[in-house]
Amino acid sequence: MQKSEVVVVGAGPAGLTAAHELLKAGAEVTLIDRNASLGGQLIKQTHKFFGSEKQYAAHRGIDILERLTENLIPYERFHLLSETTVVGFYHDKVLTCLKDDRYFKLQADSVIFATGASEQSIPFENNDLPGVYAAGAVQTLMNEYGIKPGQRVLMVGSGNIGLIVSYQLMQAGVDVAAVLEASERIGGYLVHASKLRRLGVEIRTNMSIKSAIGEAHVEAAEAWRLDEDWQGIEGSEERYDVDTICIAVGLSPLTELLEQAGAEVEYISELGGNVPVLKDYETTIEGVYACGDLANIEEASSAMVEGRIAGIRAAQALDYTVENAEMRLKALDDELVDLRSGPPGDNVRRGLKKMEGLT
Amino acid sequence: MRIKNHPILSFDGRETIPFYFNDKLYYGVEGDTIASALVANNVKALTSSLHLERPRGFYCAIGNCASCNMVVDGEPNVRTCITPLKKDMRVYRQKGRGRLHAKE
Repeated sequence: MQKSEVVVVGAGPAGLTAAHELLKAGAEVTLIDRNASLGGQLIKQTHKFFGSEKQYAAHRGIDILERLTENLIPYERFHLLSETTVVGFYHDKVLTCLKDDRYFKLQADSVIFATGASEQSIPFENNDLPGVYAAGAVQTLMNEYGIKPGQRVLMVGSGNIGLIVSYQLMQAGVDVAAVLEASERIGGYLVHASKLRRLGVEIRTNMSIKSAIGEAHVEAAEAWRLDEDWQGIEGSEERYDVDTICIAVGLSPLTELLEQAGAEVEYISELGGNVPVLKDYETTIEGVYACGDLANIEEASSAMVEGRIAGIRAAQALDYTVENAEMRLKALDDELVDLRSGPPGDNVRRGLKKMEGLT
Repeated sequence: MRIKNHPILSFDGRETIPFYFNDKLYYGVEGDTIASALVANNVKALTSSLHLERPRGFYCAIGNCASCNMVVDGEPNVRTCITPLKKDMRVYRQKGRGRLHAKE
């Protein structure tokens, strides 16, 4: 069986920074990703980041990705397995991988999972019609491949993904008919909402989608108002002539691999649903860590910080010396506190409190 | 529908890649996945649901949802949204679960 001291699963913002910290400390790292290109969802993030200098604020995701990747190249003990899917994980830290139609096993001393999350859907009539896309997928189509999903879009959900992707659709020359928001207030940062409003895109609160209309693909959409119990109000239907419907209603952490090995998972809605039970980023299996959206649904800025912390912790557990470890861990923790301050961080702070209660 | 003008990104100068979808010649570009090339050509239905055989199209773009599983060079259930497009690939819309050694 092939061996690698550390395996990092997922080469998004969290996986890249975790790998970097481990390499710096001297560990051997194999980084695995099912995509051909590294960076996870950073590859499509053409907007500028918030936060402080340390989290690359004012830089675009696509540029941050380049820096994070370049960090890893000089290390001799760095191995990259792209276009490789981890399909199995066992409690003794053996991973089953699939590459080029071939399965192989990999034994690790320590494994860091940074598998991210997948986009949720919501139930409505014809929600499986071609032309109904996850919003993040549309962002990938546009910003990674240079392809428009359609001519006119109805966006469902006004969290940051819904707002940012709507703006980026307009940048790509696609018309956005409206953004629907089921609750009474806009979910994402107001700075993103204002950019949309300046372009004349309406964000309609207390509204949701009722149905997609079409036979072979989306030809229109029907929206309706919601009452206080979030039920659709008969007679309030409005038709939108769109060929594309984007669903931006949240993300679910990809915990499957951890669960295969028996790592404990708990439902904490504030963190995104089923999340691995963590103490200092370590799962209930010793030497197995989780960070980024897998640990709790947040922004890429915090995923990068979490990856660094998980990487440092894993390196220490393997008896590597991390320079100024105490100071660095404290500084990284402070960065997370900063990123989670204010009302947008309410949910995550509440969720992490619940998590502390579990461990 | 490829993006022609973009304030931040440029997609110029990518080489053309010919491939076949349901035995018809199509063109993608360097950097495409199979699914992105099909969407660019306005192909919406990529596979079908298992029981009712309802059309299914591009959905998650991260190889997770199975809504773009197609038959590629004789192999069924290929996650076309994360599989790079290669010259002369033969891609077929998949019906149901897909079978080995079958084109459709």
